[in-house]
Amino acid sequence: MQEMANVYFDGKHYTVPSDLTIMTAMEYAGYALIKGCGCRHGFCGACATIYRIAGKNALHFVLACQTQVEDGMHVATLPFFPLDKKTYNIGEIRPTDQVMAEFFPEIFACVACNSCTKSCSRSLNVMQYIAYAKRGDLEQCAHASFDCVACGICAARCPAGISHPLVGLLARRLTGKYIMPESQHTKARAADIAEGKFDAAIDEMMAKSIDEMRELYNTRDIEK
Amino acid sequence: MYLPHMLDFIKNVEATRAARLGTEPPRMTAEEKQAVLNEFHPDYSDNGFDTIKIGPNTGQKAPKELCELLHSHSKLTGLTLDLTRTDLETDVLIIGGGGAGAAAAIEAHHAGANVTIVTKLRMGDANSMMAEGGVQAANKDTDSPQQHYLDAFGGGHFAAKPELLRRLVMEGPDAIRWLDDLGVMFDKHPDGTMITTPGGGISRKRVHACADYTGAEIMRVLRDEVAGLGIDVIEYTAALELILDESGQAAGAVLMNMLTGQYLIARAKTVIIATGGAGRMHYHGFPTSNHYGATADGLVMAYRAGANLLYQDTIQIHPTGVAHPVQLFGALVTEKVRSLGAMLINAEGEAFVHPLETRDVACAVVLRECHAHNKGITTPSGHGVWLDSPLIDMIHGPGTIQRSIPGMLRMMLNYDIDIRTSPILIYPTFHYQNGGIEIETDGYTAAIPNLFVAGEAVGGIHGRNRLMGNSMLDIIVFGRTAGKNAAKLAKSTAIGRPTIGHINTYTEKLNETGLTTNILSPILLPNYVRNVNKQK
Ligand SMILES: Cc1cc2nc3c(=O)[nH]c(=O)nc-3n(C[C@H](O)[C@H](O)[C@H](O)COP(=O)(O)OP(=O)(O)OC[C@H]3O[C@@H](n4cnc5c(N)ncnc54)[C@H](O)[C@@H]3O)c2cc1C
Ligand code: FES
Repeated sequence: MQEMANVYFDGKHYTVPSDLTIMTAMEYAGYALIKGCGCRHGFCGACATIYRIAGKNALHFVLACQTQVEDGMHVATLPFFPLDKKTYNIGEIRPTDQVMAEFFPEIFACVACNSCTKSCSRSLNVMQYIAYAKRGDLEQCAHASFDCVACGICAARCPAGISHPLVGLLARRLTGKYIMPESQHTKARAADIAEGKFDAAIDEMMAKSIDEMRELYNTRDIEK
Repeated sequence: MYLPHMLDFIKNVEATRAARLGTEPPRMTAEEKQAVLNEFHPDYSDNGFDTIKIGPNTGQKAPKELCELLHSHSKLTGLTLDLTRTDLETDVLIIGGGGAGAAAAIEAHHAGANVTIVTKLRMGDANSMMAEGGVQAANKDTDSPQQHYLDAFGGGHFAAKPELLRRLVMEGPDAIRWLDDLGVMFDKHPDGTMITTPGGGISRKRVHACADYTGAEIMRVLRDEVAGLGIDVIEYTAALELILDESGQAAGAVLMNMLTGQYLIARAKTVIIATGGAGRMHYHGFPTSNHYGATADGLVMAYRAGANLLYQDTIQIHPTGVAHPVQLFGALVTEKVRSLGAMLINAEGEAFVHPLETRDVACAVVLRECHAHNKGITTPSGHGVWLDSPLIDMIHGPGTIQRSIPGMLRMMLNYDIDIRTSPILIYPTFHYQNGGIEIETDGYTAAIPNLFVAGEAVGGIHGRNRLMGNSMLDIIVFGRTAGKNAAKLAKSTAIGRPTIGHINTYTEKLNETGLTTNILSPILLPNYVRNVNKQK
């Protein structure tokens, strides 16, 4: 006998196999998902979900595709939440102390309630990365927010109206572009190729017969 | 959360671990590889395949599920649409908001075109968001584009279209430079030198990564750049069919709002198909690592309009998908786990294959171990063998797993499996469509003027098998190419009267051949409602 769990979607009761995820349980219950389902493997943040176990006060914040159902689960999905997108030209802005204040002044209205951290579906220390942003420590903010999938639950819970995922994103782009040194060997190789320095070698490779290629391939050395 | 019998088998893995440390199982000879492929790789069997009975690839082999799509009537059959109506007008219409679509959009915008992206789910709900392992490019002194060419050409069984592969390897370093410049946080040494690692079938340390969130990091940067440039992105909007003009040039697409069902007519001067893969078609009954919208829509649309497919009969089954816990069945265990030294181990604790054979070979060997040698472990969903992840920290030092594959660590910890101390139970998963729509070097299709294709929807760049890290590269290289050329062409082309006459012709041909199926295509999304066994 398959073990079953009693779950509630939109307040309605369904009995579903207890080894399903919230997402597959919704499908088992008959939902043909369009919203709230993207990658199905924990990367895209489309399936932000809030649940509470019947009779208990605590709220849980998870990704529906990554979370197994539990008996008594009352589930609400948050397939879309409007973030406050700021537009910028990454080539024109700089990783200054003020850049975060310029684009996201609301971070200074943070009341340190820690709701963002408590509601992170990836268990990130969200309030901490916002604190880094406030201090202008972009690199720390970038690393602390790196695993964010932008599910948006933090932003939905924030009394100050902060769009946390976007703060992390800007910090990461500035870090990637300006703070971490540019890859010189990549630039140099791209320039060499553009100047035609590899044309002869690639032409020579392409001129070989399949048999010659097979021989070359099967006997090529492999870097340790 | 492994089951009791699995925990018993783990003891066999632990028993041989110390002795295996520092050793490498032998590489297989070319003959051995061919033999195992012939016997165990789905591509080399007729099971699961059908013959295409209509259109440019008539008489050729394709997975049954793809044949069914091609043998089906269009979702537009029987509808009367007013094509003179225009809901959306743009120079370059990009179908699909993954990495290839985003790269194309950015370049087309910079080339001066008015660009619109339409995408079925949200921008970035795409296979591109999920790439974990990394992206190749020959940018080190120990390496060269010609070496990259050799690896990819051999790995793809000498079947890649040479001119396409040339572009891939020659523009690789510039693609990485472009991403570096946009602010992608690549793993680097303090002086900016890229950290590069090996991969299956790759002869140089050439794989660049952003921890194991490579695709996510690239995709979110591209998405942000698209937004910053003010490019129009229309989400939850699927393309159903191409619109041509009376001379057969691509001229737009019929779209559908996924949330309301409303049809929209989009007119464009050039069209780029960037709709990605087909994992959700579950070819050969495999689970899949792909996103929810990977249903081969672009292939169907282009095919109905007269474009031909190339290598539609080869698919990539990734050797390492999660076999257990069942909630993660089919989810990818990135190849990086093997690149870092984790070995494939059978029920008896034996390392049965070199961890860095190409994917098709590794997949065939795993299937052989499970189904012919009976040295797999049974699971509620079938079988599996071990991927001995604890070796990684033993080889590279404690903390390596946490630092290099944090996403994997988190995903498994969610189910109380700590891959730093326990091996991962794996089974092959459908990962990538090797074949797709044939393109020319500049990104356009020869069959349909003004139609471009980029990304996983293309066939031919990789031949009959793709190496790790070459797809993330191809979406950037060919996305950029398509974007630039589509924008350029949009300036000079003259578009005539819009028509979907090709759909009617296709319908008539289907009727003549007497083919019937139970579906209308493209299917847009898989049907998982109360179909529990196929859900992953
Ligand atoms: C789990 C996973 C890990 C991977 N890891 C790696 C790796 O480490 N290295 C590597 O090189 N490759 C990797 N790959 C492969 C690589 O990520 C993909 O092949 C590549 O990202 C495809 O990019 P794309 O832009 O062509 O398609 P996608 O990124 O899939 O984008 C296609 C988009 O088009 C949309 N779409 C589809 N049909 C329609 C329609 N009818 N109308 C409108 N929109 C539509 C889709 O919803 C999607 O948003 C991985 C793939 C997966 C699934
Ligand atoms: S569907 Fe992408 S994170 Fe769940």
